[in-house]
Amino acid sequence: MATKQVKLMDIALARSGDKGNGSNVGVIARSPEIYAYLDKELTAARVADHFSEIALGGVTRYDLPNLNAFNFILEESLGGGGTETLITDAQGKVHGLALLHMVVQIDESLLSTIKHD
Amino acid sequence: MNTAKKMIRVANAQGFWGDSLLGPKRLVEEGPVDYLTFDYLSEITMSIMQKQRMRDPDSGYARDFIKMLKMIMPQCRNKGIKLIANAAGVNAPACLAATKQALSEIGLSGVRIGIVEGDDILDRLDSLANEGEELVNMDTGAALASVKDDVISANVYIGAASIVEALQQGADIVITGRASDPSLAVAPLAYEFGWSFEDYDKIAAATVLGHIIECGPQCTGGNYTDWRNVKDFAHIGFPVVEAYEDGSFLVTKHDGTGGLINVESVTSQLLYELGDPARYLSPDCVADFTTIQMEQDGANRVKVHSVKGLPATDSFKVSMSYANGYKILATLCISGPDAIEKAHIVSDMVFARMKMLGADIPEDDRFLELFGSNVLYKGIVESPDQPHEILMRLGAKGKDANKLNVMSSEIAPVLTSGPPGITGFAAGRSRASEVVGYWPALIGKDKIKTTVKVEEV
Repeated sequence: MATKQVKLMDIALARSGDKGNGSNVGVIARSPEIYAYLDKELTAARVADHFSEIALGGVTRYDLPNLNAFNFILEESLGGGGTETLITDAQGKVHGLALLHMVVQIDESLLSTIKHD
Repeated sequence: MNTAKKMIRVANAQGFWGDSLLGPKRLVEEGPVDYLTFDYLSEITMSIMQKQRMRDPDSGYARDFIKMLKMIMPQCRNKGIKLIANAAGVNAPACLAATKQALSEIGLSGVRIGIVEGDDILDRLDSLANEGEELVNMDTGAALASVKDDVISANVYIGAASIVEALQQGADIVITGRASDPSLAVAPLAYEFGWSFEDYDKIAAATVLGHIIECGPQCTGGNYTDWRNVKDFAHIGFPVVEAYEDGSFLVTKHDGTGGLINVESVTSQLLYELGDPARYLSPDCVADFTTIQMEQDGANRVKVHSVKGLPATDSFKVSMSYANGYKILATLCISGPDAIEKAHIVSDMVFARMKMLGADIPEDDRFLELFGSNVLYKGIVESPDQPHEILMRLGAKGKDANKLNVMSSEIAPVLTSGPPGITGFAAGRSRASEVVGYWPALIGKDKIKTTVKVEEV
């Protein structure tokens, strides 16, 4: 089967915010079929590797199959905590879009499962 | 109690302290609403309000709310819209007095104001310690003793029950201290539909509703990945929820407003600041987000149903803030070529000069961020070798504010005594500001007694 290289942004959406000294990134697959694919591909280890210079305390993944979604917790990703840090993105507001820059290899047939408004 | 009503509309008019004043104004003008919620408080706002109160005993609450009341109360009165706001911050008496004053200024009488107190435990920390409430830091496990003398604010996230009580006593406006964000929306539903707090699935559904709307337009197309599909950001609709007695609800917005409501935009907000989705903890219940079902139900309408819940835990969350030294941040714009190299020279130069002036900053307390050199997506996208311009953000932390303030006097001289191509000093001198530490903890529910008082003006 033919595969294609795409950005995660093409097959998923995301939203992020602060959680104590870390942040969370919610990811929504653009179809149930893509959720099933990401269930295998978008592991906590892979996300931790993607954020290796940002999430210094590791990554945990939670699953919400009912919403085709995942929730990633990025530990120690705010340079020391939302109220204390001097970094620009003190609340992890852009971590969602940062994750969507990930490049993935996907079966072309899965791309046709995305409905466009 | 009105249980004959089949559906009630709850809208969130303020997602945070400092949110657009247009929210409440437009919500009362642009379409039907039964309850407006105002969510002003966060960890940081509690400490800001406590500091304001230390300076001025009549402050320490959301003054925006008073401004808002004058703007919308006449219409709320005509339309029978009730208001629920955690506007009292750390000073309920002052907020109540200002509310009465505002209503009298616009000539409204016969308004019933409910006030919910009992969340503020700042004055009880010693006695609570004696009762065995250790208030250890939930994140770090550290004992409170290490920071106890520096605590600025200490508030318990209280639930919806006291707000329900105020509504039962006929309140048109309910003002609370640190009521938890979703509880502001749980209360009107529990009251209108006569739900028991042991009806866990319904309380959980209302908690999910509250979580979805608590950041206002973040569920109606704001901060949304597919932003090109979102129409008219300037007139983005604030969320309005049509809630039903069976616990199901529809997330929508008023006709003619901008924004976008679809399953993805609502789900995006559902995931915001989420921890373990199977155990979303609130003072009212434990909601299981892995049971939520969502469907599109017409244009800009999303139906949410089938939410399952469990009993609340036997503790409340406590949010404390404490003084944790000072920080200072100065900025300069540095142009290329060699902008990054020059920024490091400037940083070294400023810290060396501070040392000459007796303000030596240890390496670990120094901060340098070169915005434009790939700060936000570090390690994710490729960094530019030679950015044409960068914003240098130079900072320091420490216990001594005077020492940090030496930095502010050594920034401007860089322009005449450092490398070329440096500009952007228009903002003027920066000053050291207090670092507020956050201390989350748990407390036994039996230790907290909230009070409800309703009075007519």
